[in-house]
Amino acid sequence: MNSNYAQLLQQDVPLTWYLLLSAVLFCLGIVGFLIKRNLITVFMSIELMLNAVNLSFVTFAHQWHAVKGQIFVFFVMMVAAAEAAVGLAIIIAVFRARATLAVDRIDLMKL
Amino acid sequence: MNGSLHLWLIPLLPFAGFLLNGILGRKLPKALVTAIALLMPLGSFAIVLSASRGFLGIGPPLASVPHIESLDYPWINAGLFHVDFSFVLDQLSLVMLLIITGVGLLIHIYSVGYMEHEDGSWRYFAYLNLFLFFMTVLVLAGNALLMFVGWEGVGLASYLLIGFWFQKTSAADAGKKAFVVNRIGDFGFLIGMFLLLANFGTLTFSDIAATLSANPAWTGGVLTATALCLFVGATGKSAQLPLYVWLPDAMEGPTPVSALIHAATMVTAGVYMIARTHFLFDRSPYALGVVAIIGAATALFAATIGLVQTDIKRVLAYSTVSQLGYMFLGCGVAAYSAAIFHLMTHSFFKALLFLAAGSVIHGMGGEQDMRKMGGLRERMPVTYWTMTAAVLAIAGFPFFSAFFSKDAILYAAFVSGGIGKVLWFVGLVTAALTSFYMFRLWYLTFWGELRSHEAHPHESPWSMTGPLAILAVLSVVGGWIGFGGNLGPFGRFLAPTLGVHNTEAGAAGLEWGMSALAVLAGAIGWYVAHRFYSQPSESATKLATSFAGPYNLLVHKYYVDEIYSFLFVKPVLALSRFFLEWVVDVAILGGLAWLLGGIAMLCGAILQRWQSGNLRSYAAWLALGAAALLLFVLLPWTLLLAGIGIHVGMVTHQ
Repeated sequence: MNSNYAQLLQQDVPLTWYLLLSAVLFCLGIVGFLIKRNLITVFMSIELMLNAVNLSFVTFAHQWHAVKGQIFVFFVMMVAAAEAAVGLAIIIAVFRARATLAVDRIDLMKL
Repeated sequence: MNGSLHLWLIPLLPFAGFLLNGILGRKLPKALVTAIALLMPLGSFAIVLSASRGFLGIGPPLASVPHIESLDYPWINAGLFHVDFSFVLDQLSLVMLLIITGVGLLIHIYSVGYMEHEDGSWRYFAYLNLFLFFMTVLVLAGNALLMFVGWEGVGLASYLLIGFWFQKTSAADAGKKAFVVNRIGDFGFLIGMFLLLANFGTLTFSDIAATLSANPAWTGGVLTATALCLFVGATGKSAQLPLYVWLPDAMEGPTPVSALIHAATMVTAGVYMIARTHFLFDRSPYALGVVAIIGAATALFAATIGLVQTDIKRVLAYSTVSQLGYMFLGCGVAAYSAAIFHLMTHSFFKALLFLAAGSVIHGMGGEQDMRKMGGLRERMPVTYWTMTAAVLAIAGFPFFSAFFSKDAILYAAFVSGGIGKVLWFVGLVTAALTSFYMFRLWYLTFWGELRSHEAHPHESPWSMTGPLAILAVLSVVGGWIGFGGNLGPFGRFLAPTLGVHNTEAGAAGLEWGMSALAVLAGAIGWYVAHRFYSQPSESATKLATSFAGPYNLLVHKYYVDEIYSFLFVKPVLALSRFFLEWVVDVAILGGLAWLLGGIAMLCGAILQRWQSGNLRSYAAWLALGAAALLLFVLLPWTLLLAGIGIHVGMVTHQ
């Protein structure tokens, strides 16, 4: 029993688990994006989706022993960082102007 | 020697003058403008004179008559259709060229004095030179198409010069009217050309003449149609019924223009055209009859209007229409030489009449109403004497120029048979009317007392009286070259091109008798004018009031302008206004705008439903779309479809 457990520990986590985790995270991100009203939460949901994708990149890179996927992850992280900087700046600006972060209220451009 | 006569220089010299004055004239000093404008027609006239030596047997004889010069390159070369830039000089075009460049030169000289106080005389001289260019092209053209170029060009020059004082609405309108009425005639000319092309395959006059002489039995039918279409063109340009209405209005232009274009040269282009294509008219008695009747009718019609006009230039304008009617009468009885002879003498005396009238108007400070003139014979002696010569000439005073030419036409009409005697009688009555209105003009202008107190008449400068004197001499003696049987030397000269007509040996007694009758008609006209107008009296006014109906009809020119306005001008204007405002503006342009706008709004109405502005709904659509795509890619469609019995030809790589 003990040896079985140890054996289990020594084994690699199957690929499918990682991918499932990635899909779950991504769906969480989507749902968060769709139902949350606070702009910051929406923003965080986007980050979550990005990182879900990152996870599947890394998974495949490990599986196929290809470094390309990992390089892609760096790209995504870099873009996400830049996006976070710009996005948060916009959020602060919006909050200063409107004193709210509810996405439904930020609708001045609507007809 | 095969010597070229450099015919191309005849039109191109005036054209150079037009370009120089037209482009640079505004900046050039006035003396230089005048010099350019005078030298170019002088050069043309000199070339024509030197070319005429070969015809008169003075200079080196020509290799062939007609003398043809054409450009090495064809103008139009399309299939079987060829047109060359070819100039043809024969006896007919030589006579015309001498008239055009000779009288044209005199009128250019006259214009120097007449337009002295006018601003923009460079423009005037440029147009005048342009006219000479086109007119010489018209006359020299060896085919109908090149003639048409000149034909349209003189119309353009005429339009520009009628509207020379374009600040005046009446002048601008008169130019427009001339242009539009001429378009109607040109339409006939064009159709005539198409018919020529369809039936002869060529527009070259000599080829058409050759085809006709090779088929002596070919008469009537399509030839009649062609001839009549060409004649429609001639009625437009030469101001015959029913298209004469533009010529009286054309008097809005400067008087030398009236003399050159609207009396001596351009309006005779129709007569020239018929003489040039006479081989066609000769084959169609019906077309000739129409020409003769229209000519005689126009002669009488215009003369009656001329009886009561009070504007000195309008009298002369109706007189021109009437005299052109004589020429067409001559053409219509196949006496082409007589018509051209009258064309020549008419260009002398009518140019002289207009120039003398211009001198009167100049001296009166712009006054054109004869009722305000009078007593000018002491103050303007040169004008008086030259005008007297012209009046005697046009009235057919014995041995003055029109005595010969008008009698030649009347005689030809009399002996032509058929309705010839009726036409002759109409011509005779017209001669009496002509004499009356010309002497009326003469008495009203030069006799009695001056009836205007503002005017201070004075004789015109020598640049105006000089041409008057030369033209007076020509008007007096110009008829003698047509003296003798078959128009004497003039008839013999033209015989190679126009043929000999009405050869009636031993009919001299009849001819003299007819001349005596014509002189008698002229004398009656003079006597009546003398009774009414030589002394200031109320008798003319009394006559007018006792015959108020006919008098008003004449004063209003038979209401032809009103009738045309009612029948054609207003309906066409209303129709075009309807098309502009309702069809083009509202239906086409407005409809197009509404259609385009409607499409855009419809698209917008449909598409705006997607644009809810709700960020989360966008994202939901996005997510749904992605999910649908994933489903589409991942689901084993082939298997599913096969399960319900549908086989899809899908290539699968194992």
